[in-house]
Amino acid sequence: MSQRIPVTELAADFRSRATTALADDQLRTNFRTAMDSLIKKRADAFPDEQEREGLRELGNRIKARALSRLPDLLEQLEAKLTENGVTVHWAETVEQANRIVHGIIEARNGRQVVKGKSMVSEEMEMNDYLARRDIECLESDMGEYIVQLDGEKPSHIIMPAIHKNARQVSRLFSEKLDEPATDDVNELIQTGRRTLRRKFMEADVGVSGVNFAIAETGTLLLVENEGNGRMSTTVPPVHIAVTGIEKVVQNLRDVVPLLSLLTRSALGQPITTYVNLISGPRKPEELDGPEEVHLVLLDNGRSGAFADAQMRQTLNCIRCGACMNHCPVYTRVGGHTYGEVYPGPIGKIITPHMAGLNQVPDHPGASSLCGACGEVCPVKIPIPQLLQRLRQENVRNPAEPQVVKGGGSKYSRTERMIWQGWQLLNTRPALYGLFLRAATRLRRLTPKNAGPWTRNHSAPVPARRSLHELADAHLRQRGDQ
Amino acid sequence: MTARSNILGKLRNSLAGTTPRPDEFDEQLVTRPWQYPPAARVERLRSLMEAVHTEVHQVSATDWPALVADLLNRRNLSNLLCAPATDHGKALQHYWQTTGQRSQLLAYDRPIEQWKTALFENVEASITGTIGGIAATGSLVLWPDRHEPRLMSLVPPVHIALLKASEIHDNLYDLMTAQRWAAGLPTNALLVSGPSKTADIEQVLAYGAHGPKELIVVILDQA
Repeated sequence: MSQRIPVTELAADFRSRATTALADDQLRTNFRTAMDSLIKKRADAFPDEQEREGLRELGNRIKARALSRLPDLLEQLEAKLTENGVTVHWAETVEQANRIVHGIIEARNGRQVVKGKSMVSEEMEMNDYLARRDIECLESDMGEYIVQLDGEKPSHIIMPAIHKNARQVSRLFSEKLDEPATDDVNELIQTGRRTLRRKFMEADVGVSGVNFAIAETGTLLLVENEGNGRMSTTVPPVHIAVTGIEKVVQNLRDVVPLLSLLTRSALGQPITTYVNLISGPRKPEELDGPEEVHLVLLDNGRSGAFADAQMRQTLNCIRCGACMNHCPVYTRVGGHTYGEVYPGPIGKIITPHMAGLNQVPDHPGASSLCGACGEVCPVKIPIPQLLQRLRQENVRNPAEPQVVKGGGSKYSRTERMIWQGWQLLNTRPALYGLFLRAATRLRRLTPKNAGPWTRNHSAPVPARRSLHELADAHLRQRGDQ
Repeated sequence: MTARSNILGKLRNSLAGTTPRPDEFDEQLVTRPWQYPPAARVERLRSLMEAVHTEVHQVSATDWPALVADLLNRRNLSNLLCAPATDHGKALQHYWQTTGQRSQLLAYDRPIEQWKTALFENVEASITGTIGGIAATGSLVLWPDRHEPRLMSLVPPVHIALLKASEIHDNLYDLMTAQRWAAGLPTNALLVSGPSKTADIEQVLAYGAHGPKELIVVILDQA
């Protein structure tokens, strides 16, 4: 039984990774336990269904309004932040974003970076990019720190180390940090605290993500429970925030419902321990806070999703993780199986725009379409419908122009012809009758091997007579005809 | 500037011929479920904050320095970071001088670069004011400034916060409207709703992750 799945050793495709994960009892227990508890916490945090639904509708409208004026809001945000003394950068690709971040660090001769939790920096693989340039980039969120220490990637966007239990963390700490083994979570956290406090003091640059960027006031809002986000954005002399272009909202008041939706959906908390609103660097009369604040706005495929009115809804996402917590597939295969930065239902609908659908062709199909993700989404992204849409884009004829990046990779001429035949059969009554006659009369000739189906099921054999024929005979007997 | 114009160009292209969605913000949805009679606000804030390991005290607006001295003594703490120029800082100094307290009052009176190590390693507790509280979520609102800089409420292991009972608002929306936040925010504004915590290992809640291990709220009643 494997206790750990380092990303580098993972099999190449979703299916074989899923097979491995499904056979790992420890992994499945870790996920099942965590997801059950998160589902309950969310349910308890929304005791009033009417209140919850009203808030979700409002959340959806706020995001839809922001997206309907996205370019204007981005310009307003830039103008306001600039006025507040923050430098705004734009990056179309992760390569550009990394180069910008590296440039800012180089200008300060920085060697040590401490990072608050940021999924966009995971998209950029910033740690590796900086490490190759002799800059240490240390994760400071406890979960991210554990995952980084073990050379892994996060398996959940809110709880990065959720695939590990305390014993596994203890073994990791004694191996890498020379700490005495303990299963006591408090002691493990204190070890992390001691190690990272030193790093906060020493760091030349702090990096963070952004939960909401407010255009009206030029403010970056960050939520967290640990305090590492505040440390990373306050102690080092330079703060670099990286975020996707979809995180901008129009007005300050818009964050009131979004904040409530985010923390209740993600963790079942009425609010996180810290809500950190950053509107500028240290002023001359102030005694702490970074001297420089930078915001890097990253596209990385988002404008591609934006181009399609249906796909645009993926940009509503506020990264709460509720869809993965409630997903029967995610709970069973775990986050690493997806092999991408964003796992679970939300990952399935945003990754194609970043990496290309041809990089993740199995993702849209790896869903029972049970609808749980869409039902719990705090901003009402119709995830099941978008998965169906991606299934269609997956088999679009490669000769046609593709709507989604990397679309059409699952197109097969044979499959297309089979469906065309199926359509013909079902739209011509005479042909359909003939087919039924043949299928029932020649039932002994039905192939015993029906691909993946017969691996786990006995082969289907048509009945002696079709329902059509039986009904016919029945009616004739009653003399109705 | 090409990345900027490319991104904005693509977005504008995709929006061609569409009209921006109207602002249908319904403030009722974020205020009505979160309204309390004034007398119940303190209780609501208190119970929510205590549920996340915050120690809450309620005293008269004049007696609090004695309580603070007692809190320090009980924990055997040898120093307290405070802002001498603020009203509460002055009251505290006066009390310390007249009663001869054992613990030392420290001031955050120079840029962080000049005493980073000392702040991280020697300061045992801090005391700051707040600009209000939120009953709905059990939160304190802090606007750090020159006198009470950002790290004062983050680095010391014990943070004591003074909160006037009369400044507890029903919910965040009411507070930011009453205080006119949209008209201008400080470089850093904070909502603090408990001591630092994490549930990153097996979802087991542990306090004192990176910030204060203890948060003590002293609610001040009108004199």
